[in-house]
Amino acid sequence: MKRYSVLAIAREALRGHLGWDRAWASPAPRAHYDVVIVGAGGHGLATAYYLGKNHGIRNVAIVEKGWLGGGNTGRNTTIIRSNYLQDPSAAIYEKSRSLYETLSQELNYNVMFSPRGVMMLAQTQHEVRGYQRTAHANALQGVATAYIGPQKVKELCPIIHIDGPRYPVLGALWQPRGGTARHDAVAWGYARACSDMGMDIIQQCEVTAVRQSQGRVTGISTTKGDIACDKLGIVVAGHSGELARMAGFRLPVESLALQALVSEPIKPCMDVVVMANTVHGYMSQSDKGEMVIGGGTDGFNNFTQRGSFHHIEETVRALIETFPMLSRLKMLRQWGGIVDMTGDRSPIISPTPLGNCFINCGWGTGGFKAIPGSGWAMADLMARGTPGPLAAAFGLDRFRAGRFIDESVAAGVAH
Amino acid sequence: MSTRLATGGRLIDRARAVDFTFNGKTLRGFAGDTLASALLANDQMMIGRSFKYHRPRGVVASGAEEPNGLVNLGLGPAFEPNARVTTTALFGGLTAESQNHWPSLEFDIGAINSAFARFLPAGFYYKMFIHPRSFWKHIYEPFIRQSAGLGRAPKNRDADSYEHFHAHVDVLVVGGGIAGLQAALSAARTGAEVLLIEQTAHWGGRAAVDDPVIDGTPAAYWIKTTLQTLESMPNVRLRNHMMGAGLYDHGYALAHERLTDHAPATPGPRHRLWRIRAGRIITATGAIERPLSFAGNDVPGVLLASALRDYIVNYGVSAGDRTVVVTNNDDAYRTAIALVQAGLIVPAILDARPQADGPLVRQARDLGIRVEQGRGIAKVQGRRRVTGVAICAQAGEGAVLEEISCDAVAMSGGWSPVVHLWSHCGGKLIWDEEQAMFRPDATRPPLGADGQGFVQVVGAANGHLRTGAVLADAADAADAAVLADAADAAGGEAPVAQDAEETPMAPVWLMPQGASLKLRQKMWLDFQNDVKVSDVQLAAREGYESVEHAKRYTTLGMATDQGKLSNINGLAVLSSALNTPIPQVGTTTFRPPYTPISMGAIGGAARDALFQPLRRTPLQDWHEAHGATFEPVGQWRRPYAYPRAGESTHDAVIREVKNTRQAIGLLDASTLGKLIVKGPDAGRFLDMLYTNVMSSLPVGRCRYGLMCSDNGFLIDDGVVARLSDDTWLCHTTTGGADRIHAHMEDWLQCEWWEWQVYVANVTEQFAQIAVVGPKARALLEKLGGVDVSKAALPFMHWAEGTLAGIPARIFRISFSGELSYEVAVAAGQGRALWDRLVAEGAALGAMPYGTEALHVMRAEKGYIMIGDETDGTVIPQDLGLDWAISKKKADYLGKRAQERSHMADPERWTLVGLETVDGAVIPDGAYAVGDGVNANGQRVTIGRVTSTYYSPTLGRGIAMGLVLRGPQRMGEVIDIPRLDGSIIKARIVDPVVYDKAGERLDG
Amino acid sequence: MLTLHCPHCGTLAAETELTAGGEAHLKRFGPGSDDDSFEGYLFMRENPKGVHFERWRHSYGCGKWFIAARCTATLEVFGTYPAQSSAPPQHIRDAITARRPGWGWRDLA
Repeated sequence: MKRYSVLAIAREALRGHLGWDRAWASPAPRAHYDVVIVGAGGHGLATAYYLGKNHGIRNVAIVEKGWLGGGNTGRNTTIIRSNYLQDPSAAIYEKSRSLYETLSQELNYNVMFSPRGVMMLAQTQHEVRGYQRTAHANALQGVATAYIGPQKVKELCPIIHIDGPRYPVLGALWQPRGGTARHDAVAWGYARACSDMGMDIIQQCEVTAVRQSQGRVTGISTTKGDIACDKLGIVVAGHSGELARMAGFRLPVESLALQALVSEPIKPCMDVVVMANTVHGYMSQSDKGEMVIGGGTDGFNNFTQRGSFHHIEETVRALIETFPMLSRLKMLRQWGGIVDMTGDRSPIISPTPLGNCFINCGWGTGGFKAIPGSGWAMADLMARGTPGPLAAAFGLDRFRAGRFIDESVAAGVAH
Repeated sequence: MSTRLATGGRLIDRARAVDFTFNGKTLRGFAGDTLASALLANDQMMIGRSFKYHRPRGVVASGAEEPNGLVNLGLGPAFEPNARVTTTALFGGLTAESQNHWPSLEFDIGAINSAFARFLPAGFYYKMFIHPRSFWKHIYEPFIRQSAGLGRAPKNRDADSYEHFHAHVDVLVVGGGIAGLQAALSAARTGAEVLLIEQTAHWGGRAAVDDPVIDGTPAAYWIKTTLQTLESMPNVRLRNHMMGAGLYDHGYALAHERLTDHAPATPGPRHRLWRIRAGRIITATGAIERPLSFAGNDVPGVLLASALRDYIVNYGVSAGDRTVVVTNNDDAYRTAIALVQAGLIVPAILDARPQADGPLVRQARDLGIRVEQGRGIAKVQGRRRVTGVAICAQAGEGAVLEEISCDAVAMSGGWSPVVHLWSHCGGKLIWDEEQAMFRPDATRPPLGADGQGFVQVVGAANGHLRTGAVLADAADAADAAVLADAADAAGGEAPVAQDAEETPMAPVWLMPQGASLKLRQKMWLDFQNDVKVSDVQLAAREGYESVEHAKRYTTLGMATDQGKLSNINGLAVLSSALNTPIPQVGTTTFRPPYTPISMGAIGGAARDALFQPLRRTPLQDWHEAHGATFEPVGQWRRPYAYPRAGESTHDAVIREVKNTRQAIGLLDASTLGKLIVKGPDAGRFLDMLYTNVMSSLPVGRCRYGLMCSDNGFLIDDGVVARLSDDTWLCHTTTGGADRIHAHMEDWLQCEWWEWQVYVANVTEQFAQIAVVGPKARALLEKLGGVDVSKAALPFMHWAEGTLAGIPARIFRISFSGELSYEVAVAAGQGRALWDRLVAEGAALGAMPYGTEALHVMRAEKGYIMIGDETDGTVIPQDLGLDWAISKKKADYLGKRAQERSHMADPERWTLVGLETVDGAVIPDGAYAVGDGVNANGQRVTIGRVTSTYYSPTLGRGIAMGLVLRGPQRMGEVIDIPRLDGSIIKARIVDPVVYDKAGERLDG
Repeated sequence: MLTLHCPHCGTLAAETELTAGGEAHLKRFGPGSDDDSFEGYLFMRENPKGVHFERWRHSYGCGKWFIAARCTATLEVFGTYPAQSSAPPQHIRDAITARRPGWGWRDLA
């Protein structure tokens, strides 16, 4: 495969860019693979990539019912951070963030990881204490964050209104090496690398059944025929429940619509990612200049990729309160994705009741940032059959034991 | 030159000149102009720069589909970036600036990108800027960001206001062209409530421009009379300047009304967002003309044929003296005819079809226009302005047959129905081979709550491009749209229009069809985002084969016009590159809004003071008048402290604590939740809700209780008082009142619905004042009326009486360890009581105290606070509250959960007090560390601080925390790192550090 | 933006008046239940792409809880009934069968 570089571009420019290779092949499925991954989103592709790279398992197919990267990978707000509170979360998200740091070089595909900094605003005393706690936790977890005051917030993000009458900005949790990346490029970069290792990415191929014998998985049936495999990985955010049903088990998961929107592009005015949880909104500016805004989830199960507009209203209202300039911008586009929410809102990377069948799901509203780390941990689990330290806490068995990983520490409100 | 013609312009008022400025130049237009027509009238053909290559850009369209004409509009608080010149009405004093260039529109450094265009193909940034790694953040990305972005960022607070409207109608008709007018009329005649909306200022759509004959009269007359009929009907509402922005599930539609954009001095809101529920929605949104892909089709002066006609007919503005028309259909001949009739020159009509011979073609020939068939444009000449075209055979590869000098080109590649609204909510499309267009598939409509389609598309939006068919379609659909039982009262006969024969259009996706790579690299698909035919072909070659991949890889259709002009042309190029038929390649998803709508309108009136409801206690005015600093708690704002002149907040807290401990403190506790639980089964119910037993509480007594979720975690706490045999009053936390009320209703209605219990949230019915401190009893006795002696009102009892003449309920409960009374009175009398307490208390040293002093005092006593000691992961057993967990009860919410292995684990972190060895205050949120690191390399932690304060009472830092096996390690010293890495040594102690014996409770 | 009929007060309620309450007809397991049953009750969910039964509260209306039978793939509503029901009434099942022959949900069909 041709490497990407300035020189390659220059060379191709002289011959009308006619010489570029396909980024990935589109083969017909073979009869058998060592490993089949269902779902060619970021998490599925990253799992395949690290199976090949870390474990030398390359006889792998990734089957995808639509087009690769077409689920939540291609419809999120691209925030990358690891300033989580609980140890297991911080570990996997920080692993992920650190992999993002060098992902462009590793994949030879510019995923535009932009460590521009992420700040989470504290707008109540309760949040002040909460983020100070996270800062302490992060310091011990090896995650570089700091708790900063309102003046520093204003310095880093001049368009913030810090003296709002209702929710003045009291401070923020600041992660300077958090940021964003180009979401599609992450999927495409992994896909190209997987294809380069000889793995088969099979798009437009929907799984219709999970085949098993004596409690172990033997393969899948698809719209492109039966595919046998020794190990099966289910990595299909939004449709995990459907796949689990085919495999014969249930999940502690509900699928909800999560919405996002972008403004029209404007010249750079915001160099950081800002999350405001009290008023509930988060925003960054894309390299194209659009203000990228994340909204809320509907409370009901929904597979339509359409949400309800009042959530958009609430989000925009909250952000106008924090960024008054936003009022004079226009919303260009709104969309929705389907997210899997687990019982404790933390993900699942786990063996399943079906032998040799593994599942990775439940990333809720924050899966994009986890793609490299999740793939790394899932590949490790699938290669060795038992979870390594990154995945250990994220097993399906935790719900039975009551060993939750709950990041929503603000569940009980003060006083 | 583009200029104003001496005559014509049906929408402008030549008697009213309007001055405006563009890039600092003062220009003149007429009332009725759009900014686009006024700029063209002033020969301002070039009005912007493209996104990527900074190519010169001129207006290409005349309506909402315009991709190029975007300006920075207005100044200061009225500034708006990316305003579309074709939908901006001209008004006196309008100020506009072109965008995306530096230093000026005419000379733009960024245009160097254009020279290097061959090095910047689709997706070039994925292939470069990779090394060295650190360059992305500091060099590459700033460069890319700076050259992208279009309009300036607004700097000021928005001075305008916005609002929301709700409407409920039987039928919503979107689009005020003849199809929409007819559909509204037909629907209204059946008696349905109809709302008809039109995005522009004018009714009639394209028919008003082309003026076909309808029912034997000119369309303009038909439009006028139909409008009059509609206006006279009481069941019809008409709104212009209002765009159908989006369609959502269950008949919900969003519309964006621009009230003052065209008349900024008008008082009232600028925009209004309409949230409409409609039984049926009819979209009559017309169609949009497609550009043709020929080299240089992006040069200013190349316009859509229909747009050029609009400028002539509507505004009396010509884009140039000599206009070459290039087309694949008959409609563009109308433009040629209009140009000649306006006295302008059409050197040639280049018709890509091998043959065309309808009445329009003949009319053009009769006017002396040269018509060349089977011909196309090989290349447009000119850079900032069209200077001519090179003609070629459409069938060939682009060999130049002839060059014609001209200063404008009118192009028409056929029409695409505006199917956006249909698609927003799941309506599917079919490919119409004959007209080369996607149109709505009536068999797969968006489905409503009843599983039936609720949207119908009529007229050109439904693929009908001829007047007669448009009107018939609209009348039919409207009939079908209204309720079945009203169908008899049908909307009357459809009007009749005679349409001349037209030669079918022939799809032309490349001009010429065999164009060389060099030409394809100059054929623009997306004018704003600079996506060319060669880019889409590159995407296909590299495997970005799905339409979504190709779109995202090239950015086709992702600009502010969302591909209104480019999507179909790009799709056709992709389809050809993949050798797959267009319908199999499919379309990208249409998402709301149809055109961008203001964030201000989305936010509506709820901003600043109205952002969220503000909950005020009966004493709020007093707090505000007495210098309280506030903290938001839910939607309340509670006094945090009452600093005096010259006093810091911290000093105020210390004073308030000391004063309460030594004399009297007064606290506004009105925000505490108060839920009345009443009924024969109320005791049984509360026994399920609380971990301890409430049914056994005697009337007149109070008991502290804990509430868990059925998942075992502590969710709220508070004091419960039994008011009568069947009535309990449950106090909740301030933030918990609504949540716990809902929690109770949930269990009552959905699990134990046969139990006879009522719950009422009476939080706001009462003002509640805590009178706290050793002299509290003296103060209440001074007020008089209730015996509050130790004997008459012991700790954890309550009494009813008339205090200072005010009916009151007095609870002897304490959250500070001091003698304490919480006095509840009717909300309306709260202020009177407070005033009396302040007045009578002055001599005794009474002062108000805020939430921070409350926190400090409860921490000195080792009392937990929901939200501090709990965070959703803590069970009562973690907090040493086993005494409040009944061992006898067979069941309570959370009991089974607390038996799970992890919750019954003796290795859980448990509540203790922490006493720093040097008296320092531990920082909020700090953790206690153990030895070494875990499997993920993280420092091992053995506990965390949950509450930490400076105790004025003890003169040193105090803290509580959850520590691994804490209670078994009393006296042990543990390490608590600060953020700077320094270590605080803290000894594990009892959480109660003040008055352990509880001697102060009785005063 | 859903609209649901509140079976208690008879109003056609907009989504903004309602609060979603998750899967309906869960059987509560308390002390003495086995781990499987308890985990199933608290966490395991049907989460179907298709016919579903779910709880709603008319929070900003009459305050009553009810159950909706709804398709999560199209948002079609088959009917609503009071939350004080341990299983879907027959007329609701019939309405679903009319629209989705062969439907199944848990052990219902």
